[in-house]
Amino acid sequence: MKIDSQHPATGRSAGVRHRLGLPGLIYLAIPCLAVLLLPLYNRADPQLFGIPFFYWWQILWVPLSGFFLYLAYRRVEKGR
Amino acid sequence: MHLSAIVVFIGLFFLIAFLGFLSARWQRGDLGHLHEWGLGGRRFGAWITWFLIGGDLYTAYTFVAVPALVFGAGALGFFALPYTVLVYPLVFAILPRLWSIAKHHNFITAADFVAARYGSPALALAIALTGIVATMPYIALQLVGVEVVIAGLGFPTHGIIGELPLIVAFVVLAAFTYTSGLRAPAAIAIVKDVLVYITVLALVIVVPLQLGGFAKIFAAIPKHLLYLPPVHGNDLGLQSFYITLALGSAMALMLYPHATTAVLSASGPKTLRRNWIFLPAYSFVLGLIALLGYMAYAAKLPSNPSLAPYFHAYGPQFAMPGLLLQYFPGYFVGIGFAAVAIGALVPAAIMSIAAANLFTRSIYRAYWRPNCSAGQETQVAKLVSLVVKFGALLFILLLPTQFAIQLQLLGGILILQTLPAIVSGIYTRWFDPRALLLAWALALAWAIWAASLTSFQKSSYALHLAGWTIPGYIGLYALLLNVLLALAGTLLLRSLRWHSTVDHTDAAAYEELRQDA
Repeated sequence: MKIDSQHPATGRSAGVRHRLGLPGLIYLAIPCLAVLLLPLYNRADPQLFGIPFFYWWQILWVPLSGFFLYLAYRRVEKGR
Repeated sequence: MHLSAIVVFIGLFFLIAFLGFLSARWQRGDLGHLHEWGLGGRRFGAWITWFLIGGDLYTAYTFVAVPALVFGAGALGFFALPYTVLVYPLVFAILPRLWSIAKHHNFITAADFVAARYGSPALALAIALTGIVATMPYIALQLVGVEVVIAGLGFPTHGIIGELPLIVAFVVLAAFTYTSGLRAPAAIAIVKDVLVYITVLALVIVVPLQLGGFAKIFAAIPKHLLYLPPVHGNDLGLQSFYITLALGSAMALMLYPHATTAVLSASGPKTLRRNWIFLPAYSFVLGLIALLGYMAYAAKLPSNPSLAPYFHAYGPQFAMPGLLLQYFPGYFVGIGFAAVAIGALVPAAIMSIAAANLFTRSIYRAYWRPNCSAGQETQVAKLVSLVVKFGALLFILLLPTQFAIQLQLLGGILILQTLPAIVSGIYTRWFDPRALLLAWALALAWAIWAASLTSFQKSSYALHLAGWTIPGYIGLYALLLNVLLALAGTLLLRSLRWHSTVDHTDAAAYEELRQDA
């Protein structure tokens, strides 16, 4: 990897320190906030395939939480 | 009796029993060591960990209870969804450090960690006892799921003939857990998940087609059940309860001994992080399962004469089994019911192993036989796992089901009170163990009192603050009290210079070692 070769003295690149850091914490906080802000989604419209907003919003955040976990994973494991 | 369903059900059950015994040979290790029997040698890779944690957290009781809650209580029952969205970011941030330190010192449980971190066997005992007490009714509840599907197969709901299948299932479970340890539920979890995914996909495709689409299903639900009631004056009502319940339950899940067991059995922090990205796939299925409650409502299942006796006996808990019986041929009912029953055995096995690990390390070895050999230690854990399971079986056979449900509700509240000692310890040694112990005891006392206000029927407490009424999850309120007391107690002890500084853990071992990719 390029980064490693630029920092031969440290042995491993500065990014591979397995730290979440502020960006990592923000990635993790986003899905949490999305489901905690109940007043925003406790309603019927807009509907999707006949499913009220309350239901599809919360179900939607399940795969989206996976995406944000992936961003946090990339941050921790690869330092990006 | 539904003959084809029974044949498929029994066939699948034999298959997983066979797998359970065979798994002792899988990734072979010396099963005379507790980390081999009780943690599968900490060698499970990303895939197996995914199945194991999934099988552990999304239990048979979930399949039965979540549709039942939505069927009976509407939108409030949907709290299971935000709860599972919240849990993975939480564990992602916190638990990899626990894995690293546990691997370094060969800790098997969170109580092990607390004992070493604070040099306090008393605090560890408190954590272990809370874990055991919270886990027992949880195991018992798994049996409720099995009971419901066995009745659905056409067995009588009462008497020895009705209870015999349950007893047989549990003896088989106890036997393969005893011989194979954590490897057994890990192997079975794969079969269980395949069955669950097939069943749920079939249900969410077939039933809405039969009922004329989702729009028609939702139109059949009364408006007051479909959403949480609006804030009324100064009373936040169910809205604050919904959020605090979701958040508190997510934090409690992270602390349950069976969750710790599954997490510590992974091969490393990277394995854990990678599979947490994919664990929401289960939550997605859970969301679909929750909607089954509305489908059962829209289908007016309880008014079907052939299903009415079951709804009479089991109430809303028959919503999911009822849908299967109503819309599917016998052999498929067998598959679905087997998914629920096997879905009970996986977590029940992990929970009994977790409780056994806690007893062995924090009670037996700490207070009884400090110098026991690894072999003796493992033997005790194996025996305790049997005792725990038969205790749960007697619980279900002898006491009303409602009792187990209430105790499980209380268990979640109690386990949440172990958070300050465990989670703060993962980051800092600032807190004093005596302050943590006292805060734990007072928070437990308050929580039990608050739950007793509703005769242990509900987990909600109405907090009155600055002119507002904020009903919330008792567990979360007790946790706030717990943290405040631990802070105040530690500050007091520190200001008097009476605080303890004992720490048997290696400060450098919290940062994980670099793993092979």
